[in-house]
Amino acid sequence: MEVFFSFLHENLLLIYLLAFSILLGIEVISKVPAVLHTPLMSGANAIHGVVLVGAIIVLFNARADDYLSLVLGFVAVVFGTLNVVGGFAVTDRMLEMFKKKKK
Amino acid sequence: MSATYLLDLLYLIASLTFVVGLKMLSHPDTARRGNQVAAVGMGLAVMGTLLFHPSADRDLGDVRTFKLLLLYAALAIGGMIGWLAAYRVKMTSMPQMVSLFNGLGGGCAALLAVAELKLQYDGAGHDPISTGAMILVLFTMFFGSVSFTGSMLAYAKLEDMVKDSAITLPRHSVINMILLAGILGLIGYITWGAGENGMMWGLILFGIALVYGFMFVAPIGGADMPVVISVLNSFTGLTAAAAGIIYDNLVMLVGGILVGASGSILTILMCKAMNRSIMNVLVGSFGGGGAAGAGKAAGDQTIKEVSISDAAVLLNYSGSVVIVPGYGLAVAQAQKICKELDELLESNGVEVKYAIHPVAGRMPGHMNVLLAEADVPYPKLFDLEEANDIISKSDVVIVVGANDVVNPAAKDDPSSPIYGMPVLEVWEAKNVIVMKRSMKSGYAGIENELFFHARTKMLFGDAKDTLQKLVSEVKSL
Repeated sequence: MEVFFSFLHENLLLIYLLAFSILLGIEVISKVPAVLHTPLMSGANAIHGVVLVGAIIVLFNARADDYLSLVLGFVAVVFGTLNVVGGFAVTDRMLEMFKKKKK
Repeated sequence: MSATYLLDLLYLIASLTFVVGLKMLSHPDTARRGNQVAAVGMGLAVMGTLLFHPSADRDLGDVRTFKLLLLYAALAIGGMIGWLAAYRVKMTSMPQMVSLFNGLGGGCAALLAVAELKLQYDGAGHDPISTGAMILVLFTMFFGSVSFTGSMLAYAKLEDMVKDSAITLPRHSVINMILLAGILGLIGYITWGAGENGMMWGLILFGIALVYGFMFVAPIGGADMPVVISVLNSFTGLTAAAAGIIYDNLVMLVGGILVGASGSILTILMCKAMNRSIMNVLVGSFGGGGAAGAGKAAGDQTIKEVSISDAAVLLNYSGSVVIVPGYGLAVAQAQKICKELDELLESNGVEVKYAIHPVAGRMPGHMNVLLAEADVPYPKLFDLEEANDIISKSDVVIVVGANDVVNPAAKDDPSSPIYGMPVLEVWEAKNVIVMKRSMKSGYAGIENELFFHARTKMLFGDAKDTLQKLVSEVKSL
């Protein structure tokens, strides 16, 4: 029990952030019309592409003679960029059509 | 020093744009702007990392140049392929594309975890990470890998590259349970007991997790693919958040958690639309074993075909027509010609409306996206409950390539795998015209009594072709 409480105490801000982010995520989404389900999923998909930031850090941190890490970082950055760029572009294409119709 | 502060500020702005962007995405008027807002935030976060992250200055001279070259090459390759793919893909293939991009995000996270694990066992004076951080690394590896192979398989399934039955093993769910238990056991072993051999066991975990992702999606029927993609989407969100904790990176944490939470809610909304629980979708093998359940007496029933000209007359002289689009409309790219028929009938004084089932097509909202592409106005689209009211008062319902979402078995055959799912009750209309390529069963692989219904007339052929012929027939009347 003591371990649990000390963990809680040390990471209090982080845990607050986690809890609020989860509630925020739920709150923001819960009233979305069915029309927007696909674009929304696609948009959310692009946002988790933020792992790209981690991939960049891995590549920065890899030593120059550590080929495995360099390759891992390189492929991870390619994948992450695909996720981000492709994700936002596809979502934009979908939503472009919704807009046109309002004229 | 000040560079790090600037980075903190950029991450803060990016996190806020994600929240605001998601909020705006959930309203039709602001959706596109919302996506752009989030994209700008993402750009700031990535640029900031490239320029100001403390690890960017790790090396000096040649090494630094080499790594920067590698980095920018990777960004250019990924960005270019992503952009081209997103702009080349047909509207009908959007769901696959989302699945593909999602899988790549998961793959990215899994590779991060491998690199991080390697750093641990390098013996290069790297500070050993805490037990908690180790669990997070392994967690990221697990969920990232599952998301990667799972999404790839979902992509292949939606592209009709694989058949459900071909990749389902006997006792599939038992094998999956064993794999899952093995993975959890390995995570425990690597964290607390593996010692020096952790890297090797980590790679084994990586391999099993990749296999598990494939096995996880394999038995799930095509009709449930949207739910699976949504689940995998929130998995990737969670891995991004876990990686955010590992790297002490708040923008990753916030972005990941937002997607994890909203993805879970979206999954629940989709399951609700099908009146099933998530467990039922993920564990009950829908497309595989259940298919035999509802094949009752299809052989000895007869169907009625209708000719194009008869159908045209019927449509043109009725008061109200309801169009029920399904995946067939998407495959045939028939949304524009569908709109043309709609306009033609309207100009002849027929009232035309659309009934949209929430899971028609391969993704919730799939039909709305397609019809939006063809400039069909919002107010003509009706969702389930309203649509059923309208249908019961209408003269003709045209079902364009929809099947499972108009199956009466969902209402009155408890042995059917889709029993209990809300459907569009098209058989309540005075006449039903079903456009279909053949008598093949729908994506869920089950028979549809609707085709044998007394009020149903079948119009076989490719949806686009048939609609085209209908349009010219109505014009010549």
